[in-house]
Amino acid sequence: MIISIASGKGGTGKTTIATNLAVALSPGVNLLDCDVEEPNDHIFIRPEVTHTEEVSVKVPQVDMSKCTLCGRCQDICQFQAIVVVGESVLTFHELCHSCGGCKEVCPEDAIVEVDREMGIFESGHRDSLEFAHARLFVGQVMAVPLIDRVRAAVQPNKLNIIDAPPGTSCPVISSVKGTDFVILVTEPTPFGLNDLKLAVGMVKILNIPHGIVINRSDLGDTKVTEYAERENIPILMEIPFDRGIAETYSRGGLLVEELPGWKEKFTELYERIRGYARGS
Amino acid sequence: MQGDRDIKELIVISGKGGTGKTSLLGAFAILARDKVLCDADVDAADLYLILEPDLKQRQDFQEGHRAVIRPEKCTECGLCRELCRFGAISPNYEVDPIDCEGCGVCVYFCPADAIDFPIKTCGELFISETRAGPMVHARLGIAEDNSGKLVTLTRKEARALAKKRELGLILTDGPPGLACPVIASITGASAVLIVTEPTLSGQHDMDRVVELANHFAIPASVCVNKFDLNPEMSAAIEQYARDRGLPIAGRIPFDPLFTKAMVQKQTVIEYDGQSRAAQAVLEIWERVNSSL
Repeated sequence: MIISIASGKGGTGKTTIATNLAVALSPGVNLLDCDVEEPNDHIFIRPEVTHTEEVSVKVPQVDMSKCTLCGRCQDICQFQAIVVVGESVLTFHELCHSCGGCKEVCPEDAIVEVDREMGIFESGHRDSLEFAHARLFVGQVMAVPLIDRVRAAVQPNKLNIIDAPPGTSCPVISSVKGTDFVILVTEPTPFGLNDLKLAVGMVKILNIPHGIVINRSDLGDTKVTEYAERENIPILMEIPFDRGIAETYSRGGLLVEELPGWKEKFTELYERIRGYARGS
Repeated sequence: MQGDRDIKELIVISGKGGTGKTSLLGAFAILARDKVLCDADVDAADLYLILEPDLKQRQDFQEGHRAVIRPEKCTECGLCRELCRFGAISPNYEVDPIDCEGCGVCVYFCPADAIDFPIKTCGELFISETRAGPMVHARLGIAEDNSGKLVTLTRKEARALAKKRELGLILTDGPPGLACPVIASITGASAVLIVTEPTLSGQHDMDRVVELANHFAIPASVCVNKFDLNPEMSAAIEQYARDRGLPIAGRIPFDPLFTKAMVQKQTVIEYDGQSRAAQAVLEIWERVNSSL
């Protein structure tokens, strides 16, 4: 089973839910942090990293001794990543989507693909909890190739928990697509509700069963609860604002290990999800 | 008319989401004079919720293409499925619109000329009036891509509006993260203000956006929101910033007033201008504004 955790709005508590759920339910859990732009799960898990690899994508390199400047590569490229200028061909690797069109179309076989490094993938464990994440190099534009690498670390015989990045666009889609259940984490504020609605729209397009966790549930108004009732989306858990929780989070501590009662609450959260998830 | 170079643009970013970018930018919008507001968080735009814009103009955001197979012409030769690197074409020759990257490779090579390549509408762009001045904002379609390009378009429209109305300042609410939408929102800006919080996550993510701002050579300053939730860590973050030569714009106390103001569709300045939180925001604004 794969449970993903998404939110629309950032800072609602995705990492808190993902890490605490993973630790509460271990052993037999594989935690995957797909927020490759700003991965935070490792701060709470402190994993022992046993495997590191560079993640790269394929980009074109032109052999000018073979090139006849015919311009077909430029014509097929939808991303302006390869351009014929005078007697040379310029490639803009940061714009390249690695579709391979230029290589395929070149009549002279003058284009080869080379690796462009986008970031680092790491995997390891904390006791019996398996863990993987990736980190985009600063200045790199595309997060999806790294997310795909983290997704490739899903283990079919384990409970996989995926921590997604905020938002509702391509990096989030890549993180939650094909998962069995999405936990949408929100807060009961106008911003939280607005971004929750966008996230619900996304999981409906992807047709994935979903439920809501309301964080800092006592700061704000009641509109998120009313919305959930109206839309018939289950509220799986509510976490009130508490300085003890905020302080534990701030120094990288886990609620299920440091505060009484939370291990049971996260175990109950999982039991509730099992009732709604795909295939159950 | 003002020249392009006379228009300053301040972007609020954070790396980590939920540190208070929009609440802070909304308050700046009330405090600043003669500006255009710009919401560059096109993926989850929230600034409109406190500024209640009166919509004046709307346009579709069209960018990129999507492959569509015409079944009556398709001979099911399999070449498109072989060439597609995104696994977007199903065994019964339907293109998954979410997986399709819009590269056009299948369209180009299809021997039966059976694949259409219509342009996509990925979102909408809005120009509005608010009580704090004109505002340019956008909405990316759910599950759409090209967010970086919509950010660039939103900022371009904000700049054009500033020029037209002879306003010397653009205040831009940036997206969370580090990749394409963030890079699109800070390139060419006058300054960024990084809003962080005193948590290990906040510190980790700030570290990466500081590096990003340096990478693109944009002057940055730092402010710590909810600083009193962990004063030691706040001090450590400020020290870290100083060590990298970044000015500290100020610190804001944790205060449920921000949420109360948001529920009332107000900024903290309007909700209770005498509060500690409002005074802290005012100080930050004065410091950031004087350095622009």
